[in-house]
Amino acid sequence: MKFETLLRKPAEWMRSTGPSHEIVSTSRVRLARNITGHPFPGWGKHQERLAVMGIIRPIVEQLPEMRDSFSEEMTSLNAIQKQVLVERHLVSREHAAKGPGCATVMNRQQTVSIMINEEDHLRMQALRPGLQLRAAFEQLSGIDSVLEQKLDFAFDENYGYLTSCPTNLGTGMRASAMLHLPGLVLSEQIGQTIQGANRIGLAVRGLYGEGTEALANLFQISNQATLGRSEEAIIDHLETVIQDIMESERNARFRLVEEKPAMIMDQVGRAFAILRYAHTLPSKEALNLLSLTRLGCDLGVFAPEDAEIVNLLLTEIQPAHLQVEAKRRLSAEERDSLRAEIIRRNLKNLPEPDFNGIVPPRDSEHE
Amino acid sequence: MKCDVCQQKEASIFLTQIAEGKMHKVNLCDSCAQEKGVTNPTGFGLTEMLGDAAAAGTVVKRTTSPTERTCPDCGFSQSDFKKTGRFGCSTCYQVFSDGLDALLEAMHKHTRHRGKVPARLASTKNMQERLNELEEGLQACIGSQNFEKAAWYRDQIARLKEDTPVAPAAQAMSQEGAEEL
Ligand SMILES: [Zn+2]
Ligand SMILES: [Zn+2]
Repeated sequence: MKFETLLRKPAEWMRSTGPSHEIVSTSRVRLARNITGHPFPGWGKHQERLAVMGIIRPIVEQLPEMRDSFSEEMTSLNAIQKQVLVERHLVSREHAAKGPGCATVMNRQQTVSIMINEEDHLRMQALRPGLQLRAAFEQLSGIDSVLEQKLDFAFDENYGYLTSCPTNLGTGMRASAMLHLPGLVLSEQIGQTIQGANRIGLAVRGLYGEGTEALANLFQISNQATLGRSEEAIIDHLETVIQDIMESERNARFRLVEEKPAMIMDQVGRAFAILRYAHTLPSKEALNLLSLTRLGCDLGVFAPEDAEIVNLLLTEIQPAHLQVEAKRRLSAEERDSLRAEIIRRNLKNLPEPDFNGIVPPRDSEHE
Repeated sequence: MKCDVCQQKEASIFLTQIAEGKMHKVNLCDSCAQEKGVTNPTGFGLTEMLGDAAAAGTVVKRTTSPTERTCPDCGFSQSDFKKTGRFGCSTCYQVFSDGLDALLEAMHKHTRHRGKVPARLASTKNMQERLNELEEGLQACIGSQNFEKAAWYRDQIARLKEDTPVAPAAQAMSQEGAEEL
């Protein structure tokens, strides 16, 4: 598959239509693996990385999932192409910056992506819309079981799968979900929620992982520890916590509608009005306004199916996606104006917002 | 660099160790190293050495250049670990295993792997551990009436039994049996 084909097609999960999609936008499971007899990518010289890539890449490309896959060395992609993959969460920012001997193989649906010589020889991930951690894990574990027949994975009876960084030791698994939590943010309960998750060993991060800001009211929650509990137990625990957070988010939304209907209508209405008519939109502002519009879809102000357009826009207004659309490098101002144009074009056909679901009925007000 | 003990002579012996999840570094001059009995390259305890030097029958390597324990497979040293927080290759986990458990305990609250094992290494012992753990998960889900998740655990148990080939497991069992007896 060519890069252009990949670009034209949005990834399956970008539409976010899976189970519990009104709160969980995507689920992701990542496994780290290394092969024996070769230094880890960060320590090996570049010839050694090339040798490891030479061993792993053909075997990965032969996976049934990887029929007609996209497979590229990172050095053969330009800066914008690499950034597109980062914006789609298909490769890490670190991997995008890598030199010779680093490659990425991903399936046509862009739901499985395998980074070769990222921090570990293999970083495999499965990405799915909605809350589907267990399904994502099963798929990835299946791929891992096929690969282990051909690759000699570094494994220790006590320490489990051996990884470059001891923080990934054991299962080598990081499971995460991207949660849309505008209710908890607007009702100022988000700090408490994050602290609560941290206390029980889960990490909460922004839209683009470690050290990134929480934009669009999106929060990525993941397991911190990888050693000492089975993959199933880690995922089960994470999922239980996510269910609890979903419950609090639903309650928070319900309470906001009950107690502050004018505030909610105002926020959603203004967000939509700006997105619908603005001619210059910085990324951060656009993401936050899209989040409120998305909340509007969940509250019935817009049709639930319009959520899909909003979800796609969250990725498509990212800087590299814009420059691919424009087919050239863009200055920051040019990006803000193209971003506004794309959003206007996509939201043009949305019907007028309908606030009847939020406004308390008039007669009940008089009673 | 001056010696950490006498603070006067130039240090010629450089020690690094992970203890209680933290990195400790000590630089010693030749005479202080002699005095502390720094001779044994394995099983050194820096904290003891600095605290109660006489009690500690400790340490290390001596050279004129800053050398320390390195991985025979990849040349990685403990100070490389201090700099990067990462290891050089899978063998490093054996070479630098001293103090590693404390570090892992701090990171993961556990020191021993539970979970998936490559089929070629699966033994009946860890297979049984895996099954017990999944069974625990299953019972917890039944207890909390989460039948959808319980069904998933049941599937995982079935798959584990199916995936683990009989031959390697039997082999591992005989080896293990020998070890345990
Ligand atoms: Zn001295
Ligand atoms: Zn090594």
